[in-house]
Amino acid sequence: MPGQGLQTVSKAQTASKEIYDFKNKRVSIMNKVMPILLFLCASVSVLTTIGIVVTLISETYQFFQKIPIFDFLFGTKWSPLIPPKSFGVLPLLSGTLMITFIACLVAIPLGLASAIYLSEYAPKRVRKIVKPILEVLAGVPTIVYGYFALSLVTPLIQSIFHSAGVFNALSAGIVVGIMIIPMVSSLSEDAMSSVPRSLRDGAYALGATRFEVALKIVVPAAFSGIVASAVLAFSRAIGETMIVTVAAGSTPNMTVNPLESIQTMTAYIVQVSLGDTPHGTIEYGSIFAVGMTLFVITFLLNILAQYIARKFREEY
Amino acid sequence: MEALININKLNLFYGAFHALKDVSLTIPEKAITAFIGPSGCGKSTLLRTLNRMNDMIPGTRIEGGIAIGGTEIYSNEVDVETLRKKVGMVFQQPNPFPKSIYDNVAYGPRLHGITSKRELDEIVETSLKSAVLWEEVKDHLKRSAFGLSGGQQQRLCIARALAVNPNILLMDEATSALDPISTLKIEELAQELKDKYTIVMVTHNMHQAARVSNQTVFFLNGEVIEYSDTEKLFSNPTDQRTEDYISGRFG
Repeated sequence: MPGQGLQTVSKAQTASKEIYDFKNKRVSIMNKVMPILLFLCASVSVLTTIGIVVTLISETYQFFQKIPIFDFLFGTKWSPLIPPKSFGVLPLLSGTLMITFIACLVAIPLGLASAIYLSEYAPKRVRKIVKPILEVLAGVPTIVYGYFALSLVTPLIQSIFHSAGVFNALSAGIVVGIMIIPMVSSLSEDAMSSVPRSLRDGAYALGATRFEVALKIVVPAAFSGIVASAVLAFSRAIGETMIVTVAAGSTPNMTVNPLESIQTMTAYIVQVSLGDTPHGTIEYGSIFAVGMTLFVITFLLNILAQYIARKFREEY
Repeated sequence: MEALININKLNLFYGAFHALKDVSLTIPEKAITAFIGPSGCGKSTLLRTLNRMNDMIPGTRIEGGIAIGGTEIYSNEVDVETLRKKVGMVFQQPNPFPKSIYDNVAYGPRLHGITSKRELDEIVETSLKSAVLWEEVKDHLKRSAFGLSGGQQQRLCIARALAVNPNILLMDEATSALDPISTLKIEELAQELKDKYTIVMVTHNMHQAARVSNQTVFFLNGEVIEYSDTEKLFSNPTDQRTEDYISGRFG
């Protein structure tokens, strides 16, 4: 039948039209929607950061309406809850810095030594096992470290120094140090491993020992990465909260004796947040001022880390 | 010419791979010996056994012996660092340290305990002069070594190797990353250095071996096929495979 023939032809035509129909609506909608969706996801973190900074600044501003900024920055007595009230941040700052100093004293030598071992000495198999284990150390919840400090390290310290209190800066500092070892070692090891083989070969061929190559070739060449890891660890130690809350005590104390109880800025914020301090009071406002101080310090440290990393980069 | 290096039935394995097979060879003192052969024939591997750079590759096993000046270098009493001080090496890619020109050359002497500024100055100057680089860099010794051209960097690496006062200089395809003019300069330098040093060079470039060396060794698949005076090897090889290689039929 002629009609049938005609039908087949038109069928074939529609088929070819479908093949050459490039207007795929599903894809074109996806192409428009996905970027917007992804942008929204990305902006959540940006907006959160902005929100935090704005809140910090406005609350801190209100706090400084009541307490002169000079008294806050340079006062040596921190007694926000018990009259006579006093808001000198230096005792909290010195507590924080003492913890950080002890932590870095522990973490930088140990972290660097393990980085050198992993990058220059360890056979491939050992490195494959040890590196992930070190990184697991970074995943231990900090509250666990806090109890580790209180129930293991503190008794140990007390058995050596009988004057040490139940809560003391040394114990917390050491454990914060242990916590940040993986950060130092992992980042430093990355920096050292990326020093090219040819530099090492050049030194070996001059009769350098493995240790000399590590110390005089690899460490200088990886110096920017190593410093950056140390500064990052430093700012991590400053911001550490749980360990110091559990093990370092809550006595704002301007002391250089690490066996005494102290209070860090973070621990103070925890103390007030958990207490029944009513909103809108000066005490309540003080945690924002302290938080702002912390924020500024870590922010400056991060900038410092970036600056050092750029400045000391040895090109190879 | 006195033989300085005696290689006796040397076998080297990387894991299961048999990289050098029964290599026996003597290398004369104060002359240039060239190792030639296609890629993967073992010439660089053999060069790296002479200062024990292969020690650092895990899974390397060595049988047989290498004696330098009568001392068996793979014996337990040998101190690898002292050996490497006496057997300097220059690599395929110039690998100056990320330091100044001065500090690059002074690196080795400092490593081996020289601290006097005057002494170091002297070593840096003589080494750079020996490497024919002094005139080009004497006014800016404090500048970074990375500012130099590839050819200058390679001569700096030679100066760095000479600064620890070696007897033997190994050159592992030291010109393969360089342009023809820099290559020529390094070849001329090698000619000058052979009066004082025993030079062993690995080269991809047969013409270079013919131009520069006194003795040539031809490698194939981990074996030494033939070695003799360079002139004889290139004009009148005894083995068919050598002839095929030098006439460009393979490789």
